[in-house]
Amino acid sequence: MNKNSNVYTIIYSIVLVVVVGVVLSVVYQALRPKQLENIANDTKKQILASAHISPEKDETVASLFDSHIVSSYLVNFTGQRVDNDINPFDINMALEIKKPADQRLLPVYECSTNDGMKFIVPVYGAGLWGPIWGYVAFDSNGDTIYGAYFSHEGETPGLGAEIEKPAFQNQFEGKNIFGSDGQFTSIAVVKTGKEPQGKAWVHAVSGGTITSQGVQKMLYDSLEPYSAFFSNLADGQSIVQDEGNNNIAPEGFQGDEDKAKGLELQPQEL
Amino acid sequence: MKISKTWLPLVNPLSKDNPVIVQVLGICSALAVTAKLEPAVVMTISVTAVLAFANVIISLLRNTIPNSIRIIVQLVVVAALVVIVDQVLKAWNYEVSKALSVFIGLIITNCIIMGRLEAFAMSNRPWPAFLDGIGNALGYGIILIIVAFIRELLGSGSIFGYQVIPQWWYDAGYQNNGMMILPPMALITVACIIWVHRAKNKDLQEK
Repeated sequence: MNKNSNVYTIIYSIVLVVVVGVVLSVVYQALRPKQLENIANDTKKQILASAHISPEKDETVASLFDSHIVSSYLVNFTGQRVDNDINPFDINMALEIKKPADQRLLPVYECSTNDGMKFIVPVYGAGLWGPIWGYVAFDSNGDTIYGAYFSHEGETPGLGAEIEKPAFQNQFEGKNIFGSDGQFTSIAVVKTGKEPQGKAWVHAVSGGTITSQGVQKMLYDSLEPYSAFFSNLADGQSIVQDEGNNNIAPEGFQGDEDKAKGLELQPQEL
Repeated sequence: MKISKTWLPLVNPLSKDNPVIVQVLGICSALAVTAKLEPAVVMTISVTAVLAFANVIISLLRNTIPNSIRIIVQLVVVAALVVIVDQVLKAWNYEVSKALSVFIGLIITNCIIMGRLEAFAMSNRPWPAFLDGIGNALGYGIILIIVAFIRELLGSGSIFGYQVIPQWWYDAGYQNNGMMILPPMALITVACIIWVHRAKNKDLQEK
């Protein structure tokens, strides 16, 4: 048989591609359930990490998640709970963050810890090489950060990738996202010597300027839509009792006014 | 020490015929994954698995492969193996697969693999091809791990993520060398290794 003939070459390549294709799809199908489970567990682990909960040797992440996360739900721009069948855990942050702020579905996880009830919200943004994301746990005053967890897809090891280290994340503890006048200020991520006045800040990662700016922008963009929800928390409203209220904002209701007025705002719907 | 001819494909690439510092192949990944030791070690293991199996498969197929598409056939085999390694890591060691992210996929472009398939596996029987694959991957891995050791120690003050530079050094004014983490220092470190290696092996020096 002539190995250099066109017919042989074409048949050879077809057989090769079919064999390789079959092998790869069998591997993919066989490993897929395990992979999805890993991804879900990893997300749960990240959510818990923001509230300083990490699994002990014999614990599984899934059981730990179920015992600590007492409730999870979606809220909207005005801080009202959205009543639908979507599981907050299934919200794709990459898609959600592209919508205008007032149309986003905002997941909230209520986490019971030794220090009381914490409210965990996801954040999502862009670093230097790819997406960065994280989870921020707030005290029940809806203002003070209890803990923060960040991760990334492909930031430079030793530089931007340092945002996933406790040394960076621990800086956020105890910082307030609202200024003394009740305005939403977020958290600034700044170089030494450039600390701003009148808002909370943390120190940036040295050598990771773009990633640090990405974290700052991510926190602002992702937390800002929650400001009405957090203001409600501060006013002592229990969001859980809003169930049954729909997600349509009242006529003329402005999220911005709401948070600007801060404490003197009276609950409107309840 | 006399080494029997069977084992030459395994032993030669470790020093005398090292793929990185003598043949200067696979330099790009030596630059990308050596800022820390852990990814360097996993990369070594992954490349070893891929190269050994690819060498054996190509060696088994070598008499059937049409000459005009042999590079494509090699590439398809390598790519399939790399995807399998990636999928297995994702299923059984998710943490490590997250740490390595894109680098596993980049094994496909590692010139050592294509180089060994074309130069050795296409003209040798499976067993020597297998040894050649292991030998070259380990020769590559040794350099990776040496470079990663130096870069992580000087750049981050740690080994495998554990702090080894004591705190009082920092208190006394010692600073981690941030430049060691940047890619160019990987090349300069490799150059220093080549310098030492050539000084020891005079027959490798160009006249």
